[in-house]
Amino acid sequence: MADIRMRVNGSIEKLDVEPRVSLLDALREHLGLTGTKKGCDQGACGACTVLADGERIVSCLALAVQYADRDITTIEGVTSPLQRSFVRHDGFQCGYCTSGQICSAVGMLTEHAAGAPSAVTGDLATMEIELTAEEIRERMSGNLCRCGAYNGIVAAIEEGIR
Amino acid sequence: MDFLRPTTWADALAAKAERPEATPIQGGTDVMVEINLDKGRPAALLDLNPVAELRDWSSEDGWLRIGAGVSYTRLIDELGDRLPGLAQASRTVGSPQIRNRGTVAGNLGAASPAGDSHPPLLASDALVEAESVRGSRLIPIGEFYLGVKRNALEPDELIRAVRVPYADGPQYFSKIGTRNAMVIAVCSFAVALHPSRRGVGTGIGSAAPTPRRAPEAEEFLAGELDWDGRTAVPDETARRFGELVARAASPIDDVRGTRDYRVHALAVMARRTLGWAWTEYRGI
Repeated sequence: MADIRMRVNGSIEKLDVEPRVSLLDALREHLGLTGTKKGCDQGACGACTVLADGERIVSCLALAVQYADRDITTIEGVTSPLQRSFVRHDGFQCGYCTSGQICSAVGMLTEHAAGAPSAVTGDLATMEIELTAEEIRERMSGNLCRCGAYNGIVAAIEEGIR
Repeated sequence: MDFLRPTTWADALAAKAERPEATPIQGGTDVMVEINLDKGRPAALLDLNPVAELRDWSSEDGWLRIGAGVSYTRLIDELGDRLPGLAQASRTVGSPQIRNRGTVAGNLGAASPAGDSHPPLLASDALVEAESVRGSRLIPIGEFYLGVKRNALEPDELIRAVRVPYADGPQYFSKIGTRNAMVIAVCSFAVALHPSRRGVGTGIGSAAPTPRRAPEAEEFLAGELDWDGRTAVPDETARRFGELVARAASPIDDVRGTRDYRVHALAVMARRTLGWAWTEYRGI
């Protein structure tokens, strides 16, 4: 077992976990933060997306012990206008993917603000990449919604950035 | 399962020498899938995240030395202008979340024939810098892949960095999959033009037990291209190049695609990437 500390949503948490425990399981099972969802447990669906020092990662493919002394933000710690716009635009149906979608969108907007290009960015030299619907879809491609609420999700993010 | 967490490169090499069976873990995006799906639990994990040296890259004599801890996201942002082929392939790796954590060195360590970084590394004659307590060596990329998920690293060696020469001409990458993100390539292809030595580099992914080049196709195309006049590539030349690339592969039927489809798709991707590269070279 490993004793580690981690800042989760602003408060320091102590964790006593085996090295094989994923960050996702540590959040859900050890800290009771069940807002972060387990979908595929192999990195494909994005439902477990959280922010590590502001950067979006899939928490199922992260070991909790690797994130000792880091700053983790889960959906429970997110306060973003995106949350309202997801409601307004029906950015979900069952809601299972929503916490991951929103954490991912928050991380995505940070990346975009830093000038990061995506696979659909035409001119890589440009500093001001417009977040078109196509850009949003590509940049959110790591998050699946099996209800198919993608149109609502894109609309919610478009509103969130205005 | 033991968890080893060295904080310096010297300690990491010492740990690997002492526990050669330990699996190195950087971003975890590959190693963790195996653990979560219980496909085998390593006796020990060697976490290289705290080793600060690995997070740096440097540039010398027209080569980039990319530390094993540099994520795909950083590679795209910081080195994309000098390594367009590798950056293109990197932009298709996993998903944005995966690219924030995954590394080229991790791709090399895993040595899956489907890894996205392999084709551009082959096309640009990269070198893998391997190190152990016994010393350091540079492994030419063409000699690095030995079999499905097997590479040329000795049990006590770790990947320190990947060395890639600056692009000296257009480089393009193409891959086939069913979704924009999280696709394990059905097959993939990279081409690099080297006008300075009138050479062509290629890399084939996911269509043989290891990533591999298509030497016959490279030699043929290098001799056919009108390097000085920059005239259009005749259809017949492009078609022949595609055929020779497809012939270099030895794909199998599996859950992602059939042998026949892969052979067909490789020829198409080879022609297409050549078209893009030559258009760029001609400056039109």
